[in-house]
Amino acid sequence: MNQKVEFEVEEEEEERSRIPISERPEWADVRPLPQDDGPNPVVPIAYSDEFSETMDFFRAVYLADERSARALELTQEAIFLNSGNYTVWQFRRLILEALSVDLREELEFIDQIAKNNTKNYQIWHHRRWVAEKLGSNVASNELQFTGEIFSQDAKNYHAWSHRQWVLQTLGGWDDELAYCDELLQNDIFNNSAWNQRYFVVTKSPRLGGLEVTRDSEVAYAIKAILTKPENESPWRYLRGLYKNDVNSIANDPRVASVCVDVLTNEKECAHALNMVLDLLCNHYQPSIELKNAIDALSDNSDLELAKKVCSVLQLVDPMRANYWEWRKTTVPARD
Amino acid sequence: MAKMTASKTQEEQWMVQNQVFRIYDLVYRLPPHAQSVNFELRRDDHIEYLTRSLTQLGPNFTVLDANRPWLCYWIIHSIALLGDCVDDNLESDAIDFLRRCQDPNGGYGGGPGQMPHLATTYAAINALLTLGGHKSLSSINREKLYSFLLRMKDTSGGFRMHDGGEVDVRACYTAISVASVLNILDERLTQNVGDYIISCQTYEGGISGEPGAEAHGGYTFCGLAAMVLINEVHRLDLPGLINWVVFRQGIECGFQGRTNKLVDGCYSFWQGGVAAIIQRLHLMIKEQLGLSSTFKFDCITESDDDSSDTDREKPMLEGLNNNGYNFIKGSKGMRPLFNSMALQQYILLCTQEEAGFRDKPGKRRDHYHTCYVLSGLSVCHHCNVKEAETPPLPKDVMGPYSNLLEPVHPLYNIVLDKYYEAHEFFARL
Ligand SMILES: [Zn+2]
Repeated sequence: MNQKVEFEVEEEEEERSRIPISERPEWADVRPLPQDDGPNPVVPIAYSDEFSETMDFFRAVYLADERSARALELTQEAIFLNSGNYTVWQFRRLILEALSVDLREELEFIDQIAKNNTKNYQIWHHRRWVAEKLGSNVASNELQFTGEIFSQDAKNYHAWSHRQWVLQTLGGWDDELAYCDELLQNDIFNNSAWNQRYFVVTKSPRLGGLEVTRDSEVAYAIKAILTKPENESPWRYLRGLYKNDVNSIANDPRVASVCVDVLTNEKECAHALNMVLDLLCNHYQPSIELKNAIDALSDNSDLELAKKVCSVLQLVDPMRANYWEWRKTTVPARD
Repeated sequence: MAKMTASKTQEEQWMVQNQVFRIYDLVYRLPPHAQSVNFELRRDDHIEYLTRSLTQLGPNFTVLDANRPWLCYWIIHSIALLGDCVDDNLESDAIDFLRRCQDPNGGYGGGPGQMPHLATTYAAINALLTLGGHKSLSSINREKLYSFLLRMKDTSGGFRMHDGGEVDVRACYTAISVASVLNILDERLTQNVGDYIISCQTYEGGISGEPGAEAHGGYTFCGLAAMVLINEVHRLDLPGLINWVVFRQGIECGFQGRTNKLVDGCYSFWQGGVAAIIQRLHLMIKEQLGLSSTFKFDCITESDDDSSDTDREKPMLEGLNNNGYNFIKGSKGMRPLFNSMALQQYILLCTQEEAGFRDKPGKRRDHYHTCYVLSGLSVCHHCNVKEAETPPLPKDVMGPYSNLLEPVHPLYNIVLDKYYEAHEFFARL
């Protein structure tokens, strides 16, 4: 569930000089509330004294629903100790609202922790909440922030979700297609960038939707396929361009033609054969070139073409032998 | 378009793939006896590691302080998969602890006194059901839990994780799963959830966390399982989903989570579980492919004299809450479409440590990966039998037959016996 990343144990933070909360005069009136763990708790964690004390005070202000400046301060300390505590984050949002804090400062606070916790659900959710309140004038800031994340980890799931949310809610679509292209130039195998490209060409209000963009996108995908036929991403992208219109994929001669081109040089390309199979199952009338390309791979001349492709795939793609065998049984009867 | 030098994706992929191949090469060059040891599940060592963690965790686990019911579930479920259970004292301590995580207004938080959260609610419920028994099952406040679930319902039809929290497919699954297994699922909860989930099926065929995001193994499991539980799975493009999931099993023999990402042991369950669920959706798939219902798939390895369509004649329990029960009582109409032996090889040789399991060679074990690697291994063991209760053949189990794990209910990821016990218990309430 992508959750693992959140659970991976991180390096402990380095020691900071710290005055215990119980020795701070501004907290003298608060009685810390220990965790109600019971006499024999399971999965008991050996908390540091600092963590226990911070959370004991947090529980006290949370239970008292104290939306004060010192409580805000305390949530920050608690978040530094465990940024995965959603209760602390949620209470912090209540305080921020109650105190009408300048949320630009909050964005800076998130910057501090986000860079080291890029896979934490809570931080991203909080960032979205703050950005929504700040509105469209932080759009470019948010796009830039996610861009910095991608320069380290170009497939960060949360950062991509955040970026898509920013585009849809706050705007900033203008350079997005160029940005996708830039990432794909860097790494043509980056499927997250392909996914973002699909998001842009289908959703950007600037581009007019898939009907308008399909033609040039087919060309873009085909160019990528011819560069690296083993790259699954552009194959899926190409198929996706016809997602709600499966009949016309068989009517676009470029699709069959890229398969033939690839199979001529790389006979065993499973992605190309997978595409051929889809075409044949969508009533594509195979060209002579395609027939010849398949016949060159299989000497089993009795089978109809789609089943022949399945047989070839069983051989060249043994990891999915079961799947290709099953596909053979689902080939529609010829009409 | 692309540079002539290798891209980052390729470099990382080659590094992992070489490491994995080196391990396979090493093992397959050993003499037979030495080789076979490598395929043994180190059951006792795993159980010891898990049981110890239940009673003590170091300061590094502070980052999981808001996920303690998850730790309970990962550990208790892993122990159950291994065919064991915790002793009476620990069981009673676990029930008591989870009771303290239960919010007076319903749902479970990440620890005592924390806000209720859907993910930790799912973990707590699954842990309690796995412990089983009257004390455990009756500790769940179902009425309050139902009202918590309703409060988490979003106008989009989806669910939010907690009060003021994020809406995503994980939240939908965890809400639907607990409601279903506790027999409190109704139309108010299911309303428009299906719309939300289908809006997350991407052009690749898999399912994403939110509309527009990238297809991902974890969310694909969540979305598919939830759709089965609310009886709307026919609304997904199943052939497209199947094609996507089978391509996630790579040359390293394990599953990756997304296209062009690295192999990772935990996807043995997220993707393997999807493949297992698919095996019982044959009628729906046939329909989507426009094949007549009398058409025979010829897909069961063993003497497949009786057609898959016979499930229709089996007694089905009525109502939304029995979708999970009817699902598991139905027969598998299809052979597994993934490569079970290859996945078992990746699990046993690349993810198993002296005790516990990991993501991939070079990573360290943790409870999350131990839980989902074992869950995936169980799916592998039981994927070739037609009925849930039938014991697998020795050829289905890589390594000695003593490696065999308990079967799970793939929609909830609860050990099957424990699921039946809970189903019976809550059906009466
Ligand atoms: Zn993992």
